[in-house]
Amino acid sequence: MTTGPAAGAPVVQAQGLVKRFETTTALDGMTFEIGAGELFGFIGPDGGGKTTLFRILVTLLVPDAGSARVLGCDVVRDLWALRPRLGYMPGRFSLYPDLSVEENLGFFASVFGTTIAREYDRIAPIYSQLEPFKARRAGALSGGMKQKLALCCALVHRPEILFLDEPTTGVDALSRREFWELLGRLRSTGLTIVVSTPYMDEARRCDRVALVQRGRLMAIDTPEAIAAAFDRPLLALRVGERYRAIRALRDYENTNTVYPFGDVLHFTDRRTDASPETIARDAEAYLRGAGIEAVTAKPIPATIEDAFMARMGADDDAPGERGAA
Amino acid sequence: MSALWGLLRKEMLHILRDRRTLVVLILMPIVEVLLFGFSIRTDVTDVRLAIVDPAPDAATLALRNRFAAGALFHTVAVLSRHDDLEPMFQTDAIQLAVEFPPNFARTLARGGAAQVHVITDATEPNSGTARQNYVAAVIDAYQQSLPAPTGSVRIVPSVRARFNPTLASSNLFVPGLLAFVLNIIAALMTALSLTREKETGTMEALLVSPLRPWQIIVGKVAPYLAIGFIGVLAVLVEASVVFHVPIRGSVTLLLAEGTLFILVALSIGILVSARTSSQRVAMMGAMLGTMLPTQMLSGFIFPIESMPRVLQWITLIVPARWFVTIARGIMLKGVGIGYLATETLVLAVMALVLLVASTRSFSVRLE
Repeated sequence: MTTGPAAGAPVVQAQGLVKRFETTTALDGMTFEIGAGELFGFIGPDGGGKTTLFRILVTLLVPDAGSARVLGCDVVRDLWALRPRLGYMPGRFSLYPDLSVEENLGFFASVFGTTIAREYDRIAPIYSQLEPFKARRAGALSGGMKQKLALCCALVHRPEILFLDEPTTGVDALSRREFWELLGRLRSTGLTIVVSTPYMDEARRCDRVALVQRGRLMAIDTPEAIAAAFDRPLLALRVGERYRAIRALRDYENTNTVYPFGDVLHFTDRRTDASPETIARDAEAYLRGAGIEAVTAKPIPATIEDAFMARMGADDDAPGERGAA
Repeated sequence: MSALWGLLRKEMLHILRDRRTLVVLILMPIVEVLLFGFSIRTDVTDVRLAIVDPAPDAATLALRNRFAAGALFHTVAVLSRHDDLEPMFQTDAIQLAVEFPPNFARTLARGGAAQVHVITDATEPNSGTARQNYVAAVIDAYQQSLPAPTGSVRIVPSVRARFNPTLASSNLFVPGLLAFVLNIIAALMTALSLTREKETGTMEALLVSPLRPWQIIVGKVAPYLAIGFIGVLAVLVEASVVFHVPIRGSVTLLLAEGTLFILVALSIGILVSARTSSQRVAMMGAMLGTMLPTQMLSGFIFPIESMPRVLQWITLIVPARWFVTIARGIMLKGVGIGYLATETLVLAVMALVLLVASTRSFSVRLE
């Protein structure tokens, strides 16, 4: 496993985290560090252990083995010292739907002993977008607005580190982009941000990402390095009938992986010594031979999604569809 | 402290915003007391009465007239033989029989013990006892109307109904009902409050805050104490206006004790809430934990003295038992805090223990 350098002094240090629930092992030994000021992403499919990991880091769960320190505080022992210093946005919408935007924010401010007015400059970039609706009940907001409000509530006490568990799940594409722009702006103020997402296209916006699957970290590196570590030529296959083409390619002797990606198929070849051109030509020929029409094959550079798919192995190709941008 | 204030404010907003629930919370005790108050009564009216008077004389006729007067008794038959009673009881033609011995007036005049035989259908023991008591009251009244020398003679040993001379059962039941209704509603309110946040996921954000468990517990209980107080007030007004239950003691003391009792009930609810994770389970827990004990073991319906010893001991941990004593004491007997110190102390200790237990059971994490 590669471990890229942390940008600053580590503010999160996890050592061999293990968490088991009755029948499943949610975390199966996770070790990593997150540097001060980093925008750090945990990327992986649902059920991979991201939420459990976040809950341990924000003191809501106790690991069965291993330890974690956040801002120098042990997440189990130094519970009360740590809580006021961190901001957390749970994966599930956790604001009060019957209270207004302003009342929700005011409540979280008061719980931390402050007021909206006093923290206005910190939350202004986000809150200014919500202010026209401040009398509206939180339950009546759109998905994107809800996420912005939740982010505001997590920020209102000026935390030193922000944990966002799948903040863009269930949010439309435009709101997702806006949300990531906000995160970028927060990052530029020096705030450490730890975020998780099942969307691999969002990984590119992080300083570093960790690929999570089945409770393990498969890689920790910059998005570029992870994509660059993809060691096989990659083809984008544009075909008439994707489903039939996939079925056909699964029987092709040279297929290493094939999965749908956006409106094309991504294909890697079993042969490591063949040139991309050869591979493309052979694949095209095979598909035509199998009766698939309108095939064009083009070598392309690997993205982080492809790297992730390659690491996950061929047995599990569902997330490729979600990661499609 | 401002964190706790923020939490209290938030809870009040929840309560005020949910108008429908608020109305239910305040109206429910009023309606329940009304329903229970009219349905759970042992008062009996229109008693079907047979009189056995083998040798009528002035005294028996005077008493028969008294039974005939008023709405309480309805004289179905006047018989001369005792043996004729049995079939009438069996066919439910009568519920009560009053049998005079021969020479009743003479025995009375001589100053001897004139016996009246009262027989009642006791298939429903409570009603049976009530009928006997009514008869006793009629005879008692007749006796007092007699001239002095004979008036000193007891015809029948009368059961005097102290504190409830009219024998109105509402006097007995309303204080118990007060306990019953307030207990359940109060426990239910808090039982749902924490589990609601657990279920909707808001607990997750609330936990990752500097709020300590005791602050969360206080923040959840205090606003409902205010609602509970309104409930106590409403039910007391109802008791005195609708059921004419007297409040002979201090109203202020009664309100204070009522609020203390509500606090105990809210604490039961919050303890259930702290220890469960779903609203459904919490609701069942709060209902079971308050409804049955309050109904069965508070002395509200069944007298504690007639319970088996073991159940009597168990009643000691039922808060309503203590409050029923307090409420009856203040409302019917007019006693002050001096006589109710033990009961008050017990309730205060219960509230404290339950609140501390809730704070300790409250999980500061998600597991």
